[in-house]
Amino acid sequence: MTQTQKKSINPFSQTHNQNQNPKTESSSSSSSRNGMKLIVPLQSVVQGRNGFLLGSLIPCALFYFFQLYLKRRRSNSNSNNNPSSPSSSSSPTLVLPRSSSRSNLSSRGSISRVRLSKLASILSKPDDSLYYIGLDRVLQDPYDVFVNPNGIIQLGLSDNKLCLDLIEKWLVKNLEGSVMGNSDMNLSINGIAPYQAFDGLNELKIALADFMHQVMGGSVEFDPSNMVLTSGATPAIEILSFCLADQGNAFLVPTPFYPGFDRDVRWRPGIDLIPVHCRSTDNFNLNITALEQAFSQARKRGVKVRGILISNPSNPVGNILTPEMLFSLLDFAEDKNIHIIADEVFAGSTYGSEEFVSIAEVLDSEYIDKSRVHIIYGLSKDLAIAGFRVGVIYSHNKTVLDAAKKMSRFATISAPTQRIVTSMLSDKRFIQEYIDTNRHRIRRVHDEFVDCLTKLGIKCAKSSAGMFCWADMSGLIKPYSEKGELELWEKFMSVAKINITPGSACHCIEPGWFRICFTTISFEEIPLVIERIRKVVKTCKSSS
Amino acid sequence: MSLENKNRQLLSKIATNDKHGENSPYFDGWKAYESNPFHPTKNPQGVIQMGLAENQLCFDLIEEWIRNNPKASICTPEGVNEFRNIANFQDYHGLPEFRNAVANFMSKVRGGRVRFDPDRIIMSGGATGANELIMFCLADPGDAFLVPSPYYPAFVRDLCWRTGVQLIPVQCHSSNNFKITREALEEAYMKAQEGNINVKGLIITNPSNPLGTTIEKETLKSIVSFINENNIHLVCDEIYSGTVFDTPKYVSVAEVIQEMEECKKDLIHIIYSLSKDMGLPGFRVGLVYSYNNEVVNCGRKMSSFGLVSSQTQHFLAAMLSDNKFVDKFLAESSRRLRERREFFTKGLEKVNITCLPSNAGLFFWMNLRSLLKEKTFEGEMKLWRLIINEVKLNVSPGSAFDCSEPGWYRVCFANMDHETVEIALMRIRAFVNGRDKGKNMEIKRWKSNLRLSFSSRRFDEKVMSPHMMSPHSPIPHSPLVRAT
Repeated sequence: MTQTQKKSINPFSQTHNQNQNPKTESSSSSSSRNGMKLIVPLQSVVQGRNGFLLGSLIPCALFYFFQLYLKRRRSNSNSNNNPSSPSSSSSPTLVLPRSSSRSNLSSRGSISRVRLSKLASILSKPDDSLYYIGLDRVLQDPYDVFVNPNGIIQLGLSDNKLCLDLIEKWLVKNLEGSVMGNSDMNLSINGIAPYQAFDGLNELKIALADFMHQVMGGSVEFDPSNMVLTSGATPAIEILSFCLADQGNAFLVPTPFYPGFDRDVRWRPGIDLIPVHCRSTDNFNLNITALEQAFSQARKRGVKVRGILISNPSNPVGNILTPEMLFSLLDFAEDKNIHIIADEVFAGSTYGSEEFVSIAEVLDSEYIDKSRVHIIYGLSKDLAIAGFRVGVIYSHNKTVLDAAKKMSRFATISAPTQRIVTSMLSDKRFIQEYIDTNRHRIRRVHDEFVDCLTKLGIKCAKSSAGMFCWADMSGLIKPYSEKGELELWEKFMSVAKINITPGSACHCIEPGWFRICFTTISFEEIPLVIERIRKVVKTCKSSS
Repeated sequence: MSLENKNRQLLSKIATNDKHGENSPYFDGWKAYESNPFHPTKNPQGVIQMGLAENQLCFDLIEEWIRNNPKASICTPEGVNEFRNIANFQDYHGLPEFRNAVANFMSKVRGGRVRFDPDRIIMSGGATGANELIMFCLADPGDAFLVPSPYYPAFVRDLCWRTGVQLIPVQCHSSNNFKITREALEEAYMKAQEGNINVKGLIITNPSNPLGTTIEKETLKSIVSFINENNIHLVCDEIYSGTVFDTPKYVSVAEVIQEMEECKKDLIHIIYSLSKDMGLPGFRVGLVYSYNNEVVNCGRKMSSFGLVSSQTQHFLAAMLSDNKFVDKFLAESSRRLRERREFFTKGLEKVNITCLPSNAGLFFWMNLRSLLKEKTFEGEMKLWRLIINEVKLNVSPGSAFDCSEPGWYRVCFANMDHETVEIALMRIRAFVNGRDKGKNMEIKRWKSNLRLSFSSRRFDEKVMSPHMMSPHSPIPHSPLVRAT
């Protein structure tokens, strides 16, 4: 699809440069000229220096009209068999407004249908990822111990609800009696209402650098000037993608991977994700041979690989990359001349015996080209304030930082939120206490949960971090395929009334694995969840 | 070969091209301000920022409301019990109470003549993010949007940079006060089609940035028919709709399409934000209101790339659903804006500088054509540099807005206190009067002015205390002039 897109871009950009007002666009024309040379196979074939009009413009124009003709036909036929509306396809809370929906329906019938972007027509189709379908179904029928005890329990979202009481207590104690609930001068109206630096307040960057240092065990320093802050890790990944690769390029991603990567990297930046399959026999650990293979296969297909995207600690498996593996990864990236994006949002949520080592630490220890390594961080997991939308891009690459700073305009964190978080992070004693307690509580829930699953005959991959376990239910599926996995997922949804994430949503190559988040429930609720799982296990066993 | 160079090759075109548009004089002026910002006592010689459309005239009202409503914040003892529900909330639909409150506020801003459906509101990171989001929904790389010029300089970044969409200006002229005419629209559209450019829509700002004018109902109707006939989208950026301070009354596109039976509503999309109308750009609330179901559907999924913090949503939900406060705020805000604009433009009239008649916005469109030595954009830039470097005011030149005629400048007036306005006025008057007296005087004055900066103490105490400088005094009181 990206191929055809590129071809059809070309005629436009050609004329675009000609028609442009020279006054405003002179600075950009040179770069777009370069860009065009790269984009356009067609042009390079036909373009002669003199016969520009004959050689290029006219064929391009013809080609464009042809495309337009095809597109018109296609979009018409699409619209007939795909009557999508926001209410039916995905969002259950969305109610169609009475007045305007009718007029919309009437205009839908007209011949000249309004065309949206290609991206929009893809996105407005119903989700096919069970990850999102699951999240939506929970919204329709959410479990509540009093109001809806038979509702669906959310175990598909890596939210951490174990330590909110600590933050709540801190807020009351420290932010009492002032404008935004703060006696701090910065929380006065002048500190929150006007425009602020789009890439984040300096104070918050400094506080975050300290927090990351603390979370990663004090073994690595972070420089606040290498940071760009964004409203959550989601836009951070998108911004990095926009910076590191062009449409149609690709990143290598070890599987199973976080379902959100598809959205963050593929949708708007238009970058492809090439799965590098890891297997249960290795406890889903990454190996360089698989990377090499995926890289050379992509190259054979003519796909330009611009980077490798890893989550460490891994989401959904929960395992941690060893320092040796990090070194090998760096060698690999150096050798292939590609970037490494390391998503380390679970760095502080470790509970196992294995120690987490940030790629930043490895960079420190040796002479390595730091400019190809970029770290994603955020407070949604380790500090459990997902709603506050605090994400970090950490990079040593000045050009990337410059571009990311400009792009952070599209995803700036709200200033009052920044101020509140800054004061919270600056209380180092509280933070240390929080990190320790959080780890302790996650471990407690994890151990109990995994123990109960084992008793049901469900084994989990070995893990040391995160808010989930990666459970092997291949014994429960029939047939041993994605279809079997899907059917089991449906059973969990409708019989057990729990939402968990199937491996297929994480691009896992082996069927039957599921990610179960255990921090959205309390310790006391574990038996309830286990009981519900037992129901499904029983029906699976009895039918076989 | 430098490492930096090698790295650039490894990056995307977007990261390394200059299409972010931040090389325009609009942003250069900001840099000039940032390197030497005015302060009444600490840096009285500094550049006064008049290039930032920020509304600071009603901070006191918001502050008062916050003080009286501690429950709105999840960080107070009164409101903290909501913390648990809010801290983890990251549904891209947004808090229902937030969307309801915003819909209510949008309706109030438009005099209650239209209602908005909360389920059509898509959250986004500021109007910047909202504008980009709607482009991602409507257009493919290489597609184009028509935009009447002069237009907001950062549109190049917001609408084009990452989306690959291009803008085609629709020329408007001072002869009819820069009105958007059907002829100009047709001409631009035809030309684009002749150039094989796929025009996906038209984007307008109403009230206009930079003109500060609102679009009349009849003009809006003809715009809506134009896009209907050509079956292209209409994006209405209405982020200044709450700043209307004078007649004619504001008419939103939402009102117009209520009256136009034949209109294909799913072509219409509104951009809104709380940055200008509420003066809260720090809160980063932008939104798309679309009448198109598919756009609502896929735009909502893209919300994830610019979600508004749940803490901020929760807080604003409370503030914006306080009807008494909202009514008072909107009335008071437009009163203060009118007063400020009037004071400023009257002061300019004294030195025969006129502005385009306007009734909205946080800025006006100043006509300095009579001061241009040559009536070209070069002449405009020369005068602009003079204003930045010598008069020390960061106003934005028309060329940054892609204006078709040289000699216009956008002047923001709501991001400063009254005293600063007086100083700015004095500087302008001194500048114009000085020019009239001849070049020699000018040079002399500036030389002695340099000397003056060394004795800034005296300057601080006497000249800069604003109450001593009556704007009505016949003698120009500019510190610059006094030095001579």
